[in-house]
Amino acid sequence: MGKRVLVIEDEPNIIEAISFILSRDGWTVHTHADGASANAKIRTTPPDLVILDVMLPGKSGFDILRDLRADDETASIPVLMLTARGQTRDREMAQRLGVTQFMTKPFSNAEVLESVRTLVAG
Amino acid sequence: MASFNVLIAVALFYAVLLFVIAFAAERSAEKGRGGWLRSPLIYTLSLSIYCTAWTFYGAVGYAARSGLEFLTIYLGPTIVMIGWWWILRKLVRIGRSQRITSIADLVSSRFGKSTSLGVIVTLLMVLAATPYLALQLQSVTQSFAVFAAASGHQWEGQDLARVALWVAVGLAIFTILFGTRNLDANERHHGIVMAIAVEAVVKLFALVAVGVFVIWGVAGGPSQMIDMIDASPLSQWDQSTARWVGLTFLSGAAFLTLPRMFQVLVVENADEDHLRTASWAFPLYLLAMSLFVVPIAVVGLDLLSIGANPDLFVLTLPLSLGHNGLAMLSFLGGFSSATSMVIVATIALATMISNHIVTPIWLSSRGPGAVVSGDVRQLVIGARRLAIGGVLFLGYVYYRLSGGGAALAAIGLISFTGAVQVLPAMIGGIFWRGATRLGAIAGILVGLVVWLWTLFLPSFGPDAVIPVEVMYNGPFGLGFLRPEALFNITGMDRQIHAIMWSVTLNSIFFFFVSVLTFPRPLERLQGAQFVNVFEHSEGARAWTTSTAEAEDLLIMAQRILGSAEAQDLFLIEAQRQGKQGYLPEVTPDFVQVLERELAGSVGAATAHAMVGQFVQGASVSVEDLIAVADEAAQILEYSNRLEAKSAEQERTARQLREANEKLTALSIQKDAFLSQISHELRTPMTSIRAFSEILGEGGMTPDQLTRYSGIIHTEAVRLTRLLDDLLDLSVLENGQVTLNIQRGTVRDMLDRAVSAAAAGKAMTILRKLGDEALVLETDVDRLTQVFINLISNAQKYCDADRPVLRIDLHRASAGWVLDFTDNGSGIPKQSQQVIFEKFSRLTDHRKAGGAGLGLAICREIMVRLGGEISYLPGQGGAAFRVVLPGAH
Amino acid sequence: MVKAPAKLTFLERAGYRRRRMRDVARVLPLIGALLFCVPLLWPRKSPYGPGTADAMIYLFVVWSVLIGLNALLTRYLGQDADHKTETQ
Repeated sequence: MGKRVLVIEDEPNIIEAISFILSRDGWTVHTHADGASANAKIRTTPPDLVILDVMLPGKSGFDILRDLRADDETASIPVLMLTARGQTRDREMAQRLGVTQFMTKPFSNAEVLESVRTLVAG
Repeated sequence: MASFNVLIAVALFYAVLLFVIAFAAERSAEKGRGGWLRSPLIYTLSLSIYCTAWTFYGAVGYAARSGLEFLTIYLGPTIVMIGWWWILRKLVRIGRSQRITSIADLVSSRFGKSTSLGVIVTLLMVLAATPYLALQLQSVTQSFAVFAAASGHQWEGQDLARVALWVAVGLAIFTILFGTRNLDANERHHGIVMAIAVEAVVKLFALVAVGVFVIWGVAGGPSQMIDMIDASPLSQWDQSTARWVGLTFLSGAAFLTLPRMFQVLVVENADEDHLRTASWAFPLYLLAMSLFVVPIAVVGLDLLSIGANPDLFVLTLPLSLGHNGLAMLSFLGGFSSATSMVIVATIALATMISNHIVTPIWLSSRGPGAVVSGDVRQLVIGARRLAIGGVLFLGYVYYRLSGGGAALAAIGLISFTGAVQVLPAMIGGIFWRGATRLGAIAGILVGLVVWLWTLFLPSFGPDAVIPVEVMYNGPFGLGFLRPEALFNITGMDRQIHAIMWSVTLNSIFFFFVSVLTFPRPLERLQGAQFVNVFEHSEGARAWTTSTAEAEDLLIMAQRILGSAEAQDLFLIEAQRQGKQGYLPEVTPDFVQVLERELAGSVGAATAHAMVGQFVQGASVSVEDLIAVADEAAQILEYSNRLEAKSAEQERTARQLREANEKLTALSIQKDAFLSQISHELRTPMTSIRAFSEILGEGGMTPDQLTRYSGIIHTEAVRLTRLLDDLLDLSVLENGQVTLNIQRGTVRDMLDRAVSAAAAGKAMTILRKLGDEALVLETDVDRLTQVFINLISNAQKYCDADRPVLRIDLHRASAGWVLDFTDNGSGIPKQSQQVIFEKFSRLTDHRKAGGAGLGLAICREIMVRLGGEISYLPGQGGAAFRVVLPGAH
Repeated sequence: MVKAPAKLTFLERAGYRRRRMRDVARVLPLIGALLFCVPLLWPRKSPYGPGTADAMIYLFVVWSVLIGLNALLTRYLGQDADHKTETQ
């Protein structure tokens, strides 16, 4: 059984794309579409990697990241952040909050796969 | 001989005519052409309901029995009208400034909006009016019987009762139809007032016609008439001083306190200036009504047989001389007198019953929040309809019980004496600040008991209610409590005895209990406002702070005043405060205004209680009241001004803060605009790129192939739509749009919009057809686009299990409007401000599938078309109002 | 704004007259009530004194005069445009 990746994203088509790419590579993919309950979800079933969107209903990706880092149990989980806004300000913000890697949409599938492999191995 | 059938036909025709007149007046008032309905002349004529069947038939009977004494009944009101500067001017001013709905409301409102006083006065008035209503039924029935006898049918008791019942039912229907169409008791009975004015002319004309016939047709001229009077049994001047003075006082007082008189004098008064005209014109009317009474009585006594009922001389005299047409006219005059009185009296009583008994009971049984959830409007209107039926039924029962045989004048005086028990509290209330609620209650209750004991109960006849034994020896042998000789004072006229004792004891209790008790703050406040109504119409406020939410208040107001009026009230206040939309800042002043508006519909006490449910614990305190105390007036004037100023500043600050918040929000959005566009474009692009890479790698199953290419297609469409919307919006915003003005009906546009939006999830759309034939001259396609947006928005966001969208076309103060109201949970107040901004999506935007540009586009379109779109709060679900441009 | 003194006197006089007319309006009902009671002072059942016909004529004449006076008075007070706002 492969390592577990949690995709927090609310756009169903993007979820489907990421799930397809990763499960074909042997990863176990879980998805979660709601921002407000995302931290609780991570706590109850800690994944090996979180792929996090920024614009989420209920709670923004930045807030989720901050709370995740503030919590000892989840502080060390690597986070790959995906955003469609892609401004420098967003990147800086993510880095200040302790993101592991930051990537803008649209992404290349190979790039995502590569990052996931690197982050979990490292 | 006048055929009885002809009479029935004439009476029915006349009733239909009144219906038509009332209906036409209502219609022309609705169309805003009702200005002439509110003239001093119509006002004066409407006062003529003072002259009931008691006047039309009874006055002649009275004169035949007691000579000129009948004049006291008209001299009293004459003195009151001529002295309008003293009392009536003040009553009318108070009635208008406090939005008084009835005499019970006046007393209740003056004494601290007291519910208990409202109940007491209402019950007293219903009791007092019952004999009077019976009197009207009796006189109409008797007049029918006269004609029946003339055509050879001698009616028995059963026939009379049946006629009385039919008359009562007919009157109830007329009154319900025209008296309870609108809830606001304050100004809108155009139909009824008009019908009454017509009846006033008919009855005056009829009585004058009979009088002229008697003087010139029978007696042969005025001087012969004088000779006839000198030769008649009435020739000698033998008037009792006590009855002359006592009855003049009684009629003058009753003129002020009878519920129906209060209704036409104060409640239906449209302009204080009308009172000036009426102050001489109405006495003139009374004079004309009285002028021929003695001649008719004298000629009747001379020509008709000894056994003839003098109460019916007006009818039987022309009939016996073969003037059937005149008799018919006279019948219509009497019919008019009786029906107009019954209509207004039942409306006045029904208003009192619904406002002071039914609604308070309902409110206290439901507890807080009832005003928001329950349907107050239906309750009040239903209660009024039932009360109209109930009051008429009581009158009918009294008529049956009393046997229908008593002289009309005697019955009328019983009613007058009952109604007059409100006089001390009323006059004391408007002239004396020291009058208290407990004083008023004590006085009225004592007066009521004395009246019941000395006049009302004995009126049913010996042994009917009070045993003969008690009449002669007093209850339990207590001689000083004999109903007709209180405190062993005998030898007084029965009627005068009752008036004297009831009013005297009433006043004494009112005065001393007032002096010995201490008023509550609200009583003192209201007392000052009533007594000094000419000095400061504004005065202190009954609410000092307000914690109520504007939306809650709007919901309540809509339930009572009706949607259109409540929305206008809130809109005007919001505009006055410089705010957008329908929700003004809830200032104490606004709460005051709102309470007054509500009071115009449901009475002061109920309105105060309703508003109190929202503004708890913030009612006026003794300290606030110092504001109205004379001693500290100057200091407080100053501090009031300071307070007003600081309130003003606070309000300005709040508005600034609000504007600032909006600006900040806007600039953040403008800043974020590019990043938003970026996000909206990149999101579909992401899916497209990811799936095209996947497809490019090959090795898919046919199912996967179909599915993934489908996704790519959907996302591409989404991208295109987004770009279209953006272009559309930018064209609209820059004003580069070319409008294609056409004519089209609202129905066609809605049909197109509904079928275009029908692709969404199932939703019931309720449309008010009929009105939709309205033709608009505008850019039909653009307006349809707005409708499509609103309908599909409702489809997307309405969260009800069974979504329903109501589309309602109607006229509002802004012009023709189309309301789109769904049954979901609506839009929270803090979001209502921003929904028309670009990219403002409130819920999960994936579900919506749009970019949040729809409403922004709608707003831009409406601005270009010269219409308006706004969010309508307080409708239950989400509601949007489109003010239609180019309506014809 | 400064007004000519002559005009001021005139206005004051008109104002003064209005005040007195208002006093008349207040007293008129009392006068009426008294006049309506005058027949009570007449002898009763006297074959030589006034009868019902005389009382009737007297009362209707008084009544008409009161109505006429009141009509004149209200017309006069009606010119008083500020009567809605002034104090008693």
